[in-house]
Amino acid sequence: MNSRTNKAKPADGVRPIDEGMTHIARFDIFCRQYIAPEGKTVADLPEAANDADLLKTLYRQMVLTRIFDQKAIALQRTGRLGTYASVLGQEAVGTGVASAMCEDDILLPSFREHGAQLQRGVSMHELLLYWGGDERGSDFAGPRHDFPVCIPVGSHFPHAAGAALAIKLRGSNDVAVVIAGDGATSKGEFYEALNIAGVWQLPLLVIIANNQWAISVSRKDQTQAGTLAQKAIAAGVPGEQVDGNDAVAVYVATLEALEAIRSGQGPRLIEAVTYRLGDHTTADNASRYRDDEEVSRHWHEDPVSRLRDYLTGQDFWTKQDEQSLLEGCRAQVDTETDAYLATPVQPVSAMFDYLFEELPDTLLAQREHAIKAEQGERDG
Amino acid sequence: MSAMAEIDMLGAVNLALARAMQDDETTLVLGEDVGINGGVFRATDGLQARFGATRVLDTPLAECAIAGIAVGVASQGFRPIAEIQFAGFIYPVIDQMLNHASRLRTRTRGRLSCPMVLRAPYGGGVHAPEHHSESPEALFAHIPGLRVVIPSSPCRAYGLLLAAIRNPDPVVFLEPKRLYHAFKEEVADDGQEVPLDEPACLRQGHDVTLVTWGAMTPETLRAAEQLETEGISAEVIDVMTLSPLNDEPICASVEKTGRCVVVHEAARTGGFGAEIAARIADRSLTFLLAPVHRVTSYDTVIPLPRLEAHYMPGQKQIVETAREVMELS
Repeated sequence: MNSRTNKAKPADGVRPIDEGMTHIARFDIFCRQYIAPEGKTVADLPEAANDADLLKTLYRQMVLTRIFDQKAIALQRTGRLGTYASVLGQEAVGTGVASAMCEDDILLPSFREHGAQLQRGVSMHELLLYWGGDERGSDFAGPRHDFPVCIPVGSHFPHAAGAALAIKLRGSNDVAVVIAGDGATSKGEFYEALNIAGVWQLPLLVIIANNQWAISVSRKDQTQAGTLAQKAIAAGVPGEQVDGNDAVAVYVATLEALEAIRSGQGPRLIEAVTYRLGDHTTADNASRYRDDEEVSRHWHEDPVSRLRDYLTGQDFWTKQDEQSLLEGCRAQVDTETDAYLATPVQPVSAMFDYLFEELPDTLLAQREHAIKAEQGERDG
Repeated sequence: MSAMAEIDMLGAVNLALARAMQDDETTLVLGEDVGINGGVFRATDGLQARFGATRVLDTPLAECAIAGIAVGVASQGFRPIAEIQFAGFIYPVIDQMLNHASRLRTRTRGRLSCPMVLRAPYGGGVHAPEHHSESPEALFAHIPGLRVVIPSSPCRAYGLLLAAIRNPDPVVFLEPKRLYHAFKEEVADDGQEVPLDEPACLRQGHDVTLVTWGAMTPETLRAAEQLETEGISAEVIDVMTLSPLNDEPICASVEKTGRCVVVHEAARTGGFGAEIAARIADRSLTFLLAPVHRVTSYDTVIPLPRLEAHYMPGQKQIVETAREVMELS
């Protein structure tokens, strides 16, 4: 990853640029890609991914994520869901990362990682509850130790370092995996957490889903750094880039990073280069700050059609497979949507009942007031 | 360490930390210089040697991450005690306490929780450099889901800190550093907590109620003694847990005396004294014989040490204000 030389032996091809200066460090960032647009392979698939069943599973999960995403936007547009952050175009990141994780690993997702959460076992019903304005959506039955989504950008990086510290202290072989976007790497918490993880050699994997846009601020206006992966190098943490629209590359890179971390090699960072095909959220209008032409161009990179083209080209996938997958996903999404829409609102006392393990007496009067006020409204 | 030693507040903090770490191996201490150096005030002195570097962790210099790591590790079954070196450096941490520590239980409907303690020396009066003398308790007391606890003596520091560490929810524990070496008490290392959420009546009286916390408590007790010589009988209440505020004992006392002076070191406007005055107005207005007055610092930036004595209130202002309140009725 880096080469250090002393004064007597400068690195190959590099010489001091001035008298008295010695080249002391050099760093390289690599980018991984196996399947390019239109399903063309640019490299042989590694053994870990050279498995038709695995590839089909990744594909199915990405399609499920996309259909869920479409449904969530439709629900929001018809007044049945709150503001929602679409993951359109980034499905390979969440699916690839979460598919490589083990159940006991800890996921700390940003607010755009529905794909990863679905793969981890959070139900669509729960995701819709959360985005529909109900805290019970974060009390998911899936991995009970996973974090809820983080809304204040990047403020969950230190939580991931803390979760990784817990793993290290209990001596288990798990890994804390945190996912955040490109904008999050401009925040102090990003560096603070990476730096401490490096010093303490914590079992932490940082995934940067670089979707090129932090609301209206483009990647080039976010940082002058050539890659986001190289930001890890400053903390002494290995960083690499992957084509984030190549589910196989994301999956394999995550798997390899997790293996290295489990073997005690300390934290890792993966920058998954992808593209946000939709608006920032349903409250955003991306046409205010980026051209349709740019978006159209990136549809060519679409992770879902890319993997489908590959699978079809390998004769692993038929039109009939596609048809039955779409029907199955739609039916599942509809069932879960019905369950969400049929879920009654929480009692108002819930505002108080999870504030502390035991509500202090001093707050009982406010709790009673809220209950009575709600009853009064209901009774007219 | 003998079971009954005469120690100062700093020693009591250290004793409580050691006791908690001994009793519960999920208890961790983390912060800047807390390990081999034992903290800049020595509050964590000897803990790393006794409990090891895996439980007493020196962090890099990153306050936000110290609190954030505490949130993360607490969510997974540990009880971290995070130290911020001075309250003046605590402001980056408010994001973590407000957006995460205080609401992790609420957000997940009890699935995850955050049994952490954030300790920090706070307040002025020790001639410290710039940004070392702040009193930010009201900022934290405004955050629902958080406890704000402040001790005022070695015994109360020991018992309150143990209670804070064992509490299943996040606690901001502000230590008035001016009292670290101010006086000693016999502190029994018996693991007994001083209960949270219960203000203590430190002195009985019937003319005026003086409500205070932290470093202003000894000042207020001295003021009460002086007032006694003038024939004014002052009751002194140490709030100890500012949030959630249990106003019962405060209002009960005010209903008895009919008069109240709230004393705090922080600036006046939006200070926690305003909340106490409002609670009294809500519950006990008809018992009041005089307006509730406040003795606080000025609404200015805390000055550097040469002017500090003119900024912070003390026994003299407390006595004068109590007299004024007596004269108003």
